[in-house]
Amino acid sequence: MATKVHMEALSPTMEEGQIVEWLKGEGDAVSSGDILAEIETDKATMELVARGDGVLLKILVEEGGTAPVGDVIGVIGEEGEDISDLVGGGGGGEKKEDSDSDSSDDDAAEEDGDGEEDGEEEKADDAEGDEEEDDDDDEGDDEDELDVPDPADPSDLPDRKKKKDGESKEDGGRIKASPVARRLADEEGIELGDLEGSGPGGRIVKADVEKAAREGPPAKKEEAPELEPFEPEAGEEYEDIPLSQMRKTIAKRLVESIGPVPHFFLTIDVDMTRAVEARSRINRMLEKDGVKVSYNDIILKATALALKKHPACNAHWGGDHVRRFNRVHLGVAVAIDDGLITPVIRHAESKGLARINQEVRELAGRAREKKLKPEEYTGATFSVSNLGMFGIEEFTAVINPPEAGILAVGVMEERPVVIDGQVEVRPRMKITMSCDHRVIDGATGSEFLQTLKGILEEPLTAFV
Amino acid sequence: MQTITYREALNQALSEELERDENVFLMGEEVAEYDGAYKVSKGLLEAFGDRRIVDSPISELGFAGLGVGAAMVGLRPVIEFMTFNFSILALDQVINSAAKMLYMSGGQIPMPMVFRGPTGAALQLSAQHSQACETWYVHAPGIKLVTPGTPADAKGLLKASIRDNDPVAFMEGELLYNVKGEVPDVEDGDFVIPLGKADVKREGSDVSIITHGKMVHVALQAAKKLEKDGIEAEVLDLRTLRPLDVDAILETVRKTNRAVYLEEGWPYAGIGSQIVATIQEEAFDALDAPILRVTQADVPMPYAKRLEQMAKPDADRVVRACNRVLYRNGTGS
Amino acid sequence: MPETETMSPEEEVAEADLDRFDKDQLLGFLREMLLYRRFEEKAEEAYAIGKIGGFCHLHIGQEAVALGIIGPLREDDYVITAYRDHTQALAKGVDAVGVMAELYGKDTGTSRGKGGSMHIFDAEKGFMGGHGIVGGQVPLAAGIGFAIRYREEDRVCVCFMGDAAVNQGAFHEALNMAAVWKLPVLFVVENNEYGMGTAFSRVSALPVVERAQGLGVPAHHVDGQDLLATWTLTESLVEKIRNGEGPQYLDARTYRFKGHSMSDPVSGTYRSKEEVESKVRERDPITILRNRLFEEGMLDEEGLKAMDTEVRKEVDEAAQAADDAPFPADEELYTHVYSEINEHGRLFFDGRDREDD
Repeated sequence: MATKVHMEALSPTMEEGQIVEWLKGEGDAVSSGDILAEIETDKATMELVARGDGVLLKILVEEGGTAPVGDVIGVIGEEGEDISDLVGGGGGGEKKEDSDSDSSDDDAAEEDGDGEEDGEEEKADDAEGDEEEDDDDDEGDDEDELDVPDPADPSDLPDRKKKKDGESKEDGGRIKASPVARRLADEEGIELGDLEGSGPGGRIVKADVEKAAREGPPAKKEEAPELEPFEPEAGEEYEDIPLSQMRKTIAKRLVESIGPVPHFFLTIDVDMTRAVEARSRINRMLEKDGVKVSYNDIILKATALALKKHPACNAHWGGDHVRRFNRVHLGVAVAIDDGLITPVIRHAESKGLARINQEVRELAGRAREKKLKPEEYTGATFSVSNLGMFGIEEFTAVINPPEAGILAVGVMEERPVVIDGQVEVRPRMKITMSCDHRVIDGATGSEFLQTLKGILEEPLTAFV
Repeated sequence: MQTITYREALNQALSEELERDENVFLMGEEVAEYDGAYKVSKGLLEAFGDRRIVDSPISELGFAGLGVGAAMVGLRPVIEFMTFNFSILALDQVINSAAKMLYMSGGQIPMPMVFRGPTGAALQLSAQHSQACETWYVHAPGIKLVTPGTPADAKGLLKASIRDNDPVAFMEGELLYNVKGEVPDVEDGDFVIPLGKADVKREGSDVSIITHGKMVHVALQAAKKLEKDGIEAEVLDLRTLRPLDVDAILETVRKTNRAVYLEEGWPYAGIGSQIVATIQEEAFDALDAPILRVTQADVPMPYAKRLEQMAKPDADRVVRACNRVLYRNGTGS
Repeated sequence: MPETETMSPEEEVAEADLDRFDKDQLLGFLREMLLYRRFEEKAEEAYAIGKIGGFCHLHIGQEAVALGIIGPLREDDYVITAYRDHTQALAKGVDAVGVMAELYGKDTGTSRGKGGSMHIFDAEKGFMGGHGIVGGQVPLAAGIGFAIRYREEDRVCVCFMGDAAVNQGAFHEALNMAAVWKLPVLFVVENNEYGMGTAFSRVSALPVVERAQGLGVPAHHVDGQDLLATWTLTESLVEKIRNGEGPQYLDARTYRFKGHSMSDPVSGTYRSKEEVESKVRERDPITILRNRLFEEGMLDEEGLKAMDTEVRKEVDEAAQAADDAPFPADEELYTHVYSEINEHGRLFFDGRDREDD
C-alpha cells in the first residue's frame, strides 16, 4: 500500500515548510528512514525522512515550493501502483497548492481529480471546524454589540463622530468630574455643566453634586452663540515625508548647535494699503450681520492661504519624519491672565473671514475664562502671534513644537516708504517668521513669506 | 479570650493541627532542635518527636520540593522558610511544581501543603533580607496566599491553611511575632478563620485604607492621625490575597468613594496594582478620586537607618496619600 | 563520554543470566519493548501531521531502561520522571490509550488533555508524573520517599532523570536529604550522553556515576541497552531499598536514537550521523534481546513478525481511539486550578466571569 509523504512539523512552531531540495527523485527506491528532502522551516533546514518502503512514485510539491504542515507532498509506493486516489486527495486538500504551486496543476487529468475530491474534503473540514466557527460567530456578535468599527473602513467615521458628540452632551461633555459625581448627577438629574468643580483642576466631585442637589443648580450662564458644525472637505489629513539622510544630518547638527528647536528668523515688511481698503469694503458688506473683521482676521486668512500653497511650512517635526499637513489648523496666540494659550482655528484655509472672526472671538473669550477644552487648543499645524495692539513694531515668537513655524505680527502703522522714487506714507506692518530649521530652510520660509506678502498687498491674489 | 503574641498564636495553631491530623508535619531550617529561628515552633519537637518536626539542611529548593513530593502522596506538609527571602531559591518548586500539579495532572494530584515564614523587612537587615514576597506567590494561579496581621488572624488562618487542600503561602513578619492581641481561648474550641474573608479593622466614612499583613498596624496609626484632623478613615485588612475578598473591597470603596492601598512591597505589579485594577473595573462609578498606593520606595532596601526609614511605607506617607485622595492641601492629582 | 569503568561504583553487575527468566517472560519483555518502540513511532507520525503539538520527546533507543527498571517494581511502588515520559508510563501500567490521548490533547487523556506529552500522570498506577524542568522531579521523589518512610510503608520510589539533571542544584539537595534520612528512593540517570545538544562530558568534570557518591548515595552503573542486566541489577537495588538501606543511585547507560525533541535534528553539530548509525546498528536494546532470543531458539522470524503485527495493531488502535476522542470541554479551562474553591473570596482575576455584565 502506498504511503503519503506529508509536510511534517519539523519545529514546534512550523506551519509550513519550503522544499529546499528533493534528495530522492520520482522513481527512486526509498526505505523507511531515508532522507527524502531538505525542508526549510521557520527556524532551520531540517531533513524529511521516509516513513514507508518502496519507490518515490510522485513528487507533488517541487523544489522551492511551500506546503502547509500535514499537506501531502509526495507518495511512496510499489512500482506501478495506482496512486491516483492519493494524488488527487493530497493536491485537492490544500488551497495553498492551488494558489501557490503550479507544479501540480500541470497535469490536466490530475486537476480534474482534484476538483472532485476538493468538495468532499472541504465538507469534512467544515464539519470538524464547526466548533471553531461557532467561536468565530460569537466573536462576531460581540463586535456587533460593541459597535467596534473596522479601522480599515473610513466610511463609518462621520457616524461615529456624531454618536460620540451625542453621548458627550448627554453626560455633560468632557467636563472634569469624578466617576461617582457623574453617577450622582445622573441620578439627581443635575447637569454637570452647570456646576463649578471644587476638586483639583476644577474636577466636580461628589460633594459638589450633593450641594447642588440640596441648593439647586447655580444660575445658568449666558450661552455662547452656537456655531453651525463645520464640515471639512474630504481627503487625507496629512502626509508623512520620511527624512532623507541629509535632512536627518541637518536636524542633528542644528540641534547640537542651538538647542532643541533650531530657530531662525525671517522678517518681511508688508504694505497694508490694499488690505486696509479690502477690510473696510468687507466690513461694509458684513455690517448687516453685525460682523466686524479685524486686521488680524485678514492676516490669519492670508496666512492660511499662503500655507496651503507652501505645505512645507505647514508641518510638524516628528523626530524621524516630517509631517506635512494638507489642512491648515492655525494656532492663534491669546494672552490670558497668567500666561498665553493658543486656541486653534481648524481648517482656516477653507473658512471665510466672517467665520474666522467669530471663532477667534469665541475661542479667545473662553480662553480668558480658562474654559477651553483640550482639543480646542491642541493640534495646530502653524501659529500666529500678534502683538500689534501693544504697539510692538517687530518681535520674534517662539515656536510651539512640534509645529515648525510661527508668525510674529507687529503693529500696523503709517511709515514713509520710497515708492517709484517718491517718498510716500503707507500703512506698513512687519511680520517675522520663526522657523524650525529641521523642517524649513531659509528659502522655503522666504517663499512662503513672499506669498503671504503678496496676498496682503493685493488681496485679489487670493483668488488667483 | 487569651492575650498572647502572634508567635504564640502560630505555635498554638501548629500544635493543634499536628495533634488533629497525623498527616501534618513541619519541616524547615532550625524548626526542631533550635525551637525555630523565630521560636514559632518552640516545644513542638518535644511534643511531637523528630518524625513530624524535621530539621532540614539549608536547601530551600530541595526541602520545598520534598514537601511537594510528600503532598503528592497525601501528606500535609508545613514547610517553614526561615524567611520568604530565602524562598526565592525554592520558587521553581513552588511555581512549577506546587501551583501546577493539580492542573497538569488533570485533577489527580492535589497539593495540601503550606509554605510559611516571615515576609517583608525587619530592621536594618538590608537588601537581601528585607523584601515583601507576596507578588511572586500571588502571581501564579494554583497557589493561595494568606497574610495575617494580628495574633487572632494568625492562629485562625494558619489552621484554615493547613486544612486547605491547595498549596497555601502563609506570610508572617519578624516584626509581628511579638505583637500581642486577643485570641479565643483554646478551651473554647476550634478557632478557624475561613480563607478569603477580609476584616474591617477600623470603621470610617471618609477614606478607605486597604492593606494586608504587617501594614495593618501602620494603617491604624495613620487612621489615628487622620482622626485628629477630623478625617474618619476605614481600615480594611484583606487577610488573604488569594482568594481575595473583592466584595469587601468594593463595599468600603462604595462607602467612602476614596481609597489608598498600603503595602510593604514594591509598587510595580504589586498587590496594590491588582486591587486598583479591580476597583476601577468594578466600582468605577463609586470613585470620587483616583486611588493612590503607598508602597516601599522602588529601590532595594538600604542598610543605613535613616535611608531604611525613608524606604519603608509609614503612617505619615499614608496620611499624605489620604489627604491627596481627599483633595485636601490642594495637592490632588 | 569519558570512560567510567575505572571509577569505583559500589557494585558491578555481571552479565545477566538468561536462566533467571523463563521463555514466556523473555518473549513478554521483547513484546513490551516493541510496543514502546511502535508507540513512539506512532507518536512521531502523529506529530508530523499535526495531531500532536508542542514539545514531544521520544524514548526510542532507551526502551530497556524503562522496562528494566520499572518491570521489577511492585504495583504499589512509585515512579516519577522527567519529560521523556511516555514509555515509562506504559511500563508502569498506564493505559496506552490514555497516554496517546494525552499526547493528542484529548479529554480522555491521562491528564484530561491539560498536561500533554511532558506531563503524563496516573496516580492510581503510582505514576507520579512527567515533569518539565530538568531536575525538578528529583526533590519530589525525595518527598515521596519521605512520605513512604513517614507512613512506615515498604514501598519504593523510582526517580528517572536525564544525565543533564545531575548538574542541577535540585539533584544535589535532594540526594543529600535522601541519604541523610535514608529515603526509599532509587535515583536512575538515563545517561544518553547528551543534554539536548550538549555532550555531558563537555559540561561536567566528573562522570555521571561519580556524582552521587559525595552525597552519600551508593552508586551503580549498568548497560542500559541490556534489558536483562538492567532488570537484574534493579531487582537487587530495590531489595536493598525495601530493606531500609536507603537510597541508591544508578547510572543506566543508554542512547537516544532520535533528536532531543521532535523539533531537533537526530544528528548534526553535536553528534555525527556515523555515531548515531553505529549506535542504532549495534546498541539497539530491542535488537540485542531479539538476537539473544533467536540464538536461544526461543523465537523465529515468523514469531517476531506476528508479535510486531500485534503491537502495531495495539498502537494503531490507541491512536485511533485518541483521534476519535473529544477535546476537553471549554469549561475545563478553569477546573483543577484549585481543588478547593473557598466559600469566600475570588480566585480568578481575568474578569472573564464578568464579561457578560
